[in-house]
Amino acid sequence: MSATNIPTLELRSLEVAYTVRGIDREVLRDVSFSIAPGEAYGLVGESGCGKSTAAFAAMRYLPRNGKITGGAIFFEGKNIVEMADDEVSGLRRSAISMVYQNPATALNPTIRVGDQVAEVFQLSGVSKSDSLAMAQAALVQVQIADPAQVMRRYAHQLSGGMAQRVVIAMALASNPRLLVMDEPTTGLDATVEAEVLDLVRELRRDTGTAVLFISHNLGVIRNMCDRVGVLYAGALVEQGATADLFNNPSHPYTVGLLRCIPRGGLHKSADRLDTIPGTPPALGTHFDGCVFVDRCALVEDKCRTVQPQMVNVSDSHVARCLNSDKASAMPRSIEQIEYASQSGIHATHNGDTLLSINHLSKVFTQDGHKVQVINDVSFNLGFGETLGLVGESGSGKTTIAKLVLGLVSPEEGGVVTLDGKGLAKTLNRRDVHDVGAMQIVFQNPDQALNRRHSVTRIVGRAVERLRGFNVSDAIDRAHELLSGMRVEASLHSVRPVQLSGGLKQRVAISRAFAGSPQIVVCDEPTSALDVSVQAAILNLLVDLQKQDQTSFIFISHDLGVVRYISDRIAVLYLGRVVEFGTSQRVFNGPFHPYTEALLSSVPNVDGTIRKRIPLTGVVPSPSNPPSGCVLNPRCPRKVGSGYESLCESEEPDLNEVEPGHFMRCHIPVAKLKQLQS
Amino acid sequence: MSEKKISALTAMSNKERRTIRRERMQLVVRNKTFLVGCSILGFWLILAVFGNFIAPRGASDQDFEFVSVGPSLKFWFGTDANGQDVLSRVILGTRLIVVMAFSATALGTIVGTAIGLAAGYFKGTFDMITMRLIEAISAIPVLIIALLAIAALEGRSPTLTVIVIGFVFTPNIGRTVRAAVLGEAELEYVAAARLRTERTPHILFREILPNVLPPIIVEFTVRLGYAIFAIATLSFLGAGVEYGSPNWGTQIAENWGNIYSNIWWPTAFPALAIASLAVSVNLISDSLLEVFEL
Repeated sequence: MSATNIPTLELRSLEVAYTVRGIDREVLRDVSFSIAPGEAYGLVGESGCGKSTAAFAAMRYLPRNGKITGGAIFFEGKNIVEMADDEVSGLRRSAISMVYQNPATALNPTIRVGDQVAEVFQLSGVSKSDSLAMAQAALVQVQIADPAQVMRRYAHQLSGGMAQRVVIAMALASNPRLLVMDEPTTGLDATVEAEVLDLVRELRRDTGTAVLFISHNLGVIRNMCDRVGVLYAGALVEQGATADLFNNPSHPYTVGLLRCIPRGGLHKSADRLDTIPGTPPALGTHFDGCVFVDRCALVEDKCRTVQPQMVNVSDSHVARCLNSDKASAMPRSIEQIEYASQSGIHATHNGDTLLSINHLSKVFTQDGHKVQVINDVSFNLGFGETLGLVGESGSGKTTIAKLVLGLVSPEEGGVVTLDGKGLAKTLNRRDVHDVGAMQIVFQNPDQALNRRHSVTRIVGRAVERLRGFNVSDAIDRAHELLSGMRVEASLHSVRPVQLSGGLKQRVAISRAFAGSPQIVVCDEPTSALDVSVQAAILNLLVDLQKQDQTSFIFISHDLGVVRYISDRIAVLYLGRVVEFGTSQRVFNGPFHPYTEALLSSVPNVDGTIRKRIPLTGVVPSPSNPPSGCVLNPRCPRKVGSGYESLCESEEPDLNEVEPGHFMRCHIPVAKLKQLQS
Repeated sequence: MSEKKISALTAMSNKERRTIRRERMQLVVRNKTFLVGCSILGFWLILAVFGNFIAPRGASDQDFEFVSVGPSLKFWFGTDANGQDVLSRVILGTRLIVVMAFSATALGTIVGTAIGLAAGYFKGTFDMITMRLIEAISAIPVLIIALLAIAALEGRSPTLTVIVIGFVFTPNIGRTVRAAVLGEAELEYVAAARLRTERTPHILFREILPNVLPPIIVEFTVRLGYAIFAIATLSFLGAGVEYGSPNWGTQIAENWGNIYSNIWWPTAFPALAIASLAVSVNLISDSLLEVFEL
């Protein structure tokens, strides 16, 4: 309908403010970008930098306290800032659609999926019976198998990936010319994420819809978008064609972000991760000069007073920096800790193995059904070693951690041995020394730190209980620990709510180290954090390990992180170890078919294109696992391997296929190697 | 350089802390409902404490020259059929109802909180049995339980009334606390406490309890309003308090027959007193609900 040279969406010097406690606070500062018809534009940045605000502003759909204080938003040449309200809602109905982060909350739990999708068609005037047929066609379009059956279900009966497909189907129902996607795959497993991203890519090819794609994940952005904008503190600091920007980042913030990511085979033994020092500015902070000045390694006096303008790096690439030519060579920023080691208390080592778990199983009873979540898991952990546990959600990673810690007791026959000594099954029966020897850092520090207690109390109480210190000594030790983990002294008396995510996690780590543990379980310790903070936390953990010979059991769904920090890796599927070996072996192959699929689904930030090995279908329910090898209905290598009937009838053992490399697969490793080459 | 950055961070956090505190104060101070409720309750609390010095006459002082006279400058609230000053009896009756209502509610809250904490934390059989018992108790109307207990124990003492009302309130508070604890016990700080060998009472009272205080405080104020009514009703029915002591419910019971002779004041003023006290407490609980966003 419009001429091709008119962009679908154009923000021109857009300024948005939120009124908080009666004061207008700047959230977007002079943001300008445009999206051509059919183009995918990515916005990246850390949390709180205004990505979602930009997305909502593009639909003029700001929260109640938000307002556009300057600039203009053009949709196909028409300024929607000046449009009447009903005209804007007309656009939202017919031309702009949005896909949100959490599909579970985007769907109405009380209406059948089919009716919800059909409703979108009815809004555009289609009759009820026709709309149901169109809904079914829409579900086919987003590659839902058996759509007639899915239409009769409710939202809670769908898996995360399926629900997100339904949401996308609804967003596409009105045949929009602009699709805004706000972190559409953030809550999903890597394999599901990869499928949803494939779907979006295909739909874009078929429909030619322009996409505004928002993500904190640089890998996803790199794989999905034609052009990218980097937001920091509400200002667009760099923009360019995806390959240009990723290969030649020219703003110190972009450079820092890219350097933070544990990428392309980096390993703790050789490489230290860069961090971006400091924290993003508070909402509405005023800057005379550049917004990044407080954290920039290249900062000069003029940066504080002069607002930098966009500088051309190349034809298709601009950066808002006075030193954009020096950015890619800027000095590295590496954080060091000063942590007073107290490892002397575990001086005696009995052999090489610190922890050994044998034949751990766990059966939960759910609505009268027995669900075997962990099935005969055994492994060893050496002194100062990191064991990575990977697998999709529901594979039993966290349950294994809880079994080891004694928070959940294993079934009969399961044994946990620490330093040669058999441990009681439950926490209450273990002595203080054994409890203190194994601690955990949880995923979500908001839940893991009691919000009514001060930081000192949280850490001090742990020292008091686990080390038997008296209160004043415990507080001294707590302060020492916290300062060592770079939690400033004046923050010791505050409550967790007043700390940033990274600081909270440092407090949680201090607490875990309060009893001078031999083993610390890290359960997704960085997945709630921004990448720059993640890098600092990973560096901290590596340092602690080096000083104290602490062993880690490191659980993460982020394979880059696991690869960086782990010495050995156990890949879990449906409560079973399917592959076990050194980090090197597991990541370089030959791979177990499940590991192969998992690895191929990670969007790569280096931009190398890998052939994706799809895992078809969904994770089966552990209450009713498939016969034979539990992976067989989804296995990418079963068909054509010549072992089909064996795979479907007998469960394979965990065999040593190479020295120190174990796999649970009927297909011989030589054959796998051949298939994977 | 890094030193400077950290202190900047700290300064921000200190500022933030002050902001949060100021904001919360403003939330309370700006809340007119809360202010009105507090002023009325404060007024009655002052009378409860200093009533002896404020009341113009003694509780049992009779003046037979002035029997059932209407409100005047001499007797602001008039006198009753016994020639007693209604104003003085209202003022002197405050202490009893305030003390009884607070103790009964406090008793119910403490017992209910303990039960709710245990039920929500241990779950399983203990939870099931307690909850069924609680449901059974809540099924019987409050007044029936109270009258039955007072009749069975042949007591008319305020202490017994307080215990009975406290008992009757326990289920409601227990249920509220349990619901809050169920969610709270799943949070990882509880696991973290277990991983530093904390005993169960510590986990219940020092870790979980502070986090479920807001609903408990709100439930306390709601129950306080009910307690005022329950006590007034019981004393109106002649149960629960000793004869002779000044008491709003008893005052109404003794005088309401005279309303037909147009002698409204000995009934109306104690009734207004009960109403305003109950309303003040409800205003406070409403505003707390708003501030805690429950």
